[in-house]
Amino acid sequence: MDSAKLVYMANQIGKFFAAQGEEAVVAGVADHLKKFWDPRMRAQILAHLKAGGAGLDPHVRAALERLAL
Amino acid sequence: MTLVHELDYGTPAKASAQSVTLEIDGRAITVPAGTSIMRAAREAGVGVPKLCASDMLEAFGSCRLCLVEIEGRPGTPASCTTPVSPGMRVATQTPLLKDLRRGVMELYISDHPLDCLTCPTNGDCELQDMAGAVGLRDVRYGYAGENHLDAPKDESNPYFTFDGSKCIVCSRCVRACEEVQGTFALTIDGRGFDSKVVAGANESFFDSECVSCGACVQACPTATLSEKSLIEIGTPEHSVVTTCAYCGVGCSFKAEMRGEEVVRMVPHKDGKANRGHSCVKGRFAWGYATHKERILKPMIRAKISDPWREVSWEEAIAYSASELKRIQAKYGKGAVGGVTSSRCTNEETYLVQKLVRAGFGVNNVDTCARVCHSPTGYGLKTTFGTSAGTQDFDSVEQTDVIILIGANPTDAHPVFASRMKKRLREGAKLIVVDPRRIDLVRTPHVEAAHHLPLLPGTNVAVLTALAHVIVTEGLANEAFVRERCDWEAYEHWAAFVAEERWSPETLAQATGVAAADVRAAARLYAKGGNGAIYYGLGVTEHSQGTTTVMAIANLAMATGNLGRPGVGVNPLRGQNNVQGACDMGSFPHEFSGYRHVSDDAARAVFESLWKVKLDPEPGLRIPNMLDAAIDGSFKGIYIQGEDILQSDPNTKHVAEGLAAMECVIVHDLFLNETANYAHVFLPGSTFLEKDGTFTNAERRIQRVRRVMRPRNGYADWEITQLLSNALGYPMTYAHPSQIMDEIAATTPTFAGVSYARLDELGSVQWPCNEKAPEGTPVMHIGQFVIGRGRFMLTEYVPTDERTGPRFPLLLTTGRILSQYNVGAQTRRTANVAWHEEDMLEIHPHDAEQRGLKEGDWVKLASRAGETTLRCTVTDRVAPGVVYTTFHHPDTQANVVTTEYSDWATNCPEYKVTAVQVSPSNGPTKWQEEYEAQAERSRRVALAPAT
Repeated sequence: MDSAKLVYMANQIGKFFAAQGEEAVVAGVADHLKKFWDPRMRAQILAHLKAGGAGLDPHVRAALERLAL
Repeated sequence: MTLVHELDYGTPAKASAQSVTLEIDGRAITVPAGTSIMRAAREAGVGVPKLCASDMLEAFGSCRLCLVEIEGRPGTPASCTTPVSPGMRVATQTPLLKDLRRGVMELYISDHPLDCLTCPTNGDCELQDMAGAVGLRDVRYGYAGENHLDAPKDESNPYFTFDGSKCIVCSRCVRACEEVQGTFALTIDGRGFDSKVVAGANESFFDSECVSCGACVQACPTATLSEKSLIEIGTPEHSVVTTCAYCGVGCSFKAEMRGEEVVRMVPHKDGKANRGHSCVKGRFAWGYATHKERILKPMIRAKISDPWREVSWEEAIAYSASELKRIQAKYGKGAVGGVTSSRCTNEETYLVQKLVRAGFGVNNVDTCARVCHSPTGYGLKTTFGTSAGTQDFDSVEQTDVIILIGANPTDAHPVFASRMKKRLREGAKLIVVDPRRIDLVRTPHVEAAHHLPLLPGTNVAVLTALAHVIVTEGLANEAFVRERCDWEAYEHWAAFVAEERWSPETLAQATGVAAADVRAAARLYAKGGNGAIYYGLGVTEHSQGTTTVMAIANLAMATGNLGRPGVGVNPLRGQNNVQGACDMGSFPHEFSGYRHVSDDAARAVFESLWKVKLDPEPGLRIPNMLDAAIDGSFKGIYIQGEDILQSDPNTKHVAEGLAAMECVIVHDLFLNETANYAHVFLPGSTFLEKDGTFTNAERRIQRVRRVMRPRNGYADWEITQLLSNALGYPMTYAHPSQIMDEIAATTPTFAGVSYARLDELGSVQWPCNEKAPEGTPVMHIGQFVIGRGRFMLTEYVPTDERTGPRFPLLLTTGRILSQYNVGAQTRRTANVAWHEEDMLEIHPHDAEQRGLKEGDWVKLASRAGETTLRCTVTDRVAPGVVYTTFHHPDTQANVVTTEYSDWATNCPEYKVTAVQVSPSNGPTKWQEEYEAQAERSRRVALAPAT
């Protein structure tokens, strides 16, 4: 799938959780991706992260790093 | 089987805490205070003759047939207009009454055609019945006097005829149009002998404001207003109670039959969703079931450029199964998936998701709710704990203030709109939040207290501004919040919405709504009594759809408008069974009853019963499937009853995704647009041809009952079962009731549901289980399903779909009364008479700038694509905003909509597309190519000579 589209979608999710408070955002994004994204989509955005993660907002990047563990 | 006769009590039931006991013809009867003598008599088993009375209408007292004598009172009052009183002694049959009634009937019959034998309602005519009931044997006045026997017929309506010669001017039709439908299209013109029923300003029915709901036809006691199908076929001999397959209101109908031929669909008074009312779709637009374009034989082809080849069911199913197996063997298990249908039954959607999860071994299953109310599921589950509306439709009768956001019920949910209008006529207040001036802003005897004509895409801003006013002006119901909600979350939220950046004054420029109107609306909702919010796809189909649903939930919690009749959060669901499709586990991340696939306990229930290991990871959603297809990792799909090419956004992208697949199986009634890219076509069955259940927008589970054999050979659940068995995953259901039993066994909210229970209760609203054996009309009484209501912060994030010099206007899309969804059904009925093409609404200012006049062809272009259609110039839309419907494939409004979608659910942002409109003199190149491709794709090869 188009990585740019996945990055856009992940950043959208990040914007919602960012509004819920600093402490909720990383966990919120990670939990959302785990619950609602098909594994191949997660794998692709994690590969994008590994390749530098261009375009990812900081909170989303942190959430993906948590997911990658 | 026999005809289902519903007793007519003459006047509506009255609700009162006080009861009254009286005596009618020597029988004691106790009824609520305010009940008419006529109704009390009927309840006591005494039928008082009547013509102008009906229990669907308030008493009128004009026909003078229902006279009674009351001990101690002078005269002969009309029993319909006279309320009961304690100790009253009533006689319904005395020598005086007999003489009076016979005299009245003589006058009626002296001016009525005596053509009973050839009359379409012979045997089903109240005038005929009453002539018999009063013992009319002759007419002393003769028939030669002045009369109305030459009054003309009005046959302009495609579905019913008005024959003025048979009219007795009882006003039932006029009152039905006013009281039941709320359109006020009919009136009595003239006085005395010249009185006659007229439509509009003495126009034909078709040219008038009549919306063809059928209420007048149902109310008519003679053959004056008769269905054309009844005139053509004759009177029905049996009837079957079933549920409409159009919108999410879920109207209950009596399918009145002669053999396997539908004579007419008559709304069922006992139907708790519609209470005996109907709209032009459910009442009349069922002819698609026998339309010549319906496909009745399975077809296959190796390539989408090949013509179709008709094959046996065995070959079609075997081919489908072998292709799906081949694809999985070659590309991996996850390369296939399925789409369940919101037009099919609960049992059928349950079976499709079971086939995908257990048969295919993946969670790549989705449903059309993806593109409509998926944000409702996410938003309400997060805030309240349940993915559904909180009320029943009856709740509106106790509402004082209605907020209507992004919904146009008079077009999309017309029967509920009539109930809403009735409540508004009784004095409830209305706040409309919508970019368009929808009919409910101002319609006969209804005027919204406030219309907030916001710019498309600013829902969250307006709702947060409403919350700002409620909090900063001290209008919140803190007692409710402290008792029922998470107080800490509330405080956090209250501090957030109180920030000056959310004040109506600050946001006015962004939203286009005057601050004073927002403040007044907030005050009215918070302090105007029972406040209820109703919303539609104008809320959900945005990049912030889910946030908007949460903002709505916040408002209801903050004002204490939850947990009792008259209040609540009420999503108006689009398709007939979209609630049910969601309930049945059609989403890729959850099983039936909204339990996540990663929930070990829930998964264990299904693994044990289905005898298969299930995937704990979520699957692909429809847009993800299309992306994955283009990417090469998704190759096969089984689509039941859904036309994703026409209904999903960015048509070119959908087409590209479908074209990239190696096996597209379309299971539908007609060769829809998606079928242009299909390799297998499995002909589907209509709602008239199968048993099952639908669940409407108020969580009401209702029976769908078969009235004729499937013309294609199988009900849809049988076809899914055939495919499953061919794939090697056995399914052995003999009847849909067995599927419902399995749903009940696996789904806690459906634990008490069975066909026997539904037959017993008529219908039931989930949750229906041990705690609520008769269902749950109002949710969250005393406690939220989640425990304490959860306030969520609703940051307004403007959509990235912005206007600019190239695309300066905002397009929003919607529906029209006579058409349904992609129009596959309604376009194949006479409903096209009202809407034969999609039109673009454009404001006079924008039209003038572009040199456009009413009816001109225009090109509608966006970043995604362009199409042409004709325009209508109207100030119903604001300057800068244009609007169209998406019912016609030759327009393909979704060619121009984009792939922007809701952050949480990927629900497309249909409601905001930046566009340009310019004059045009013909179809676009894309339209021409599409039409040619569609025509080529629908070729069916001639069968070889045998």
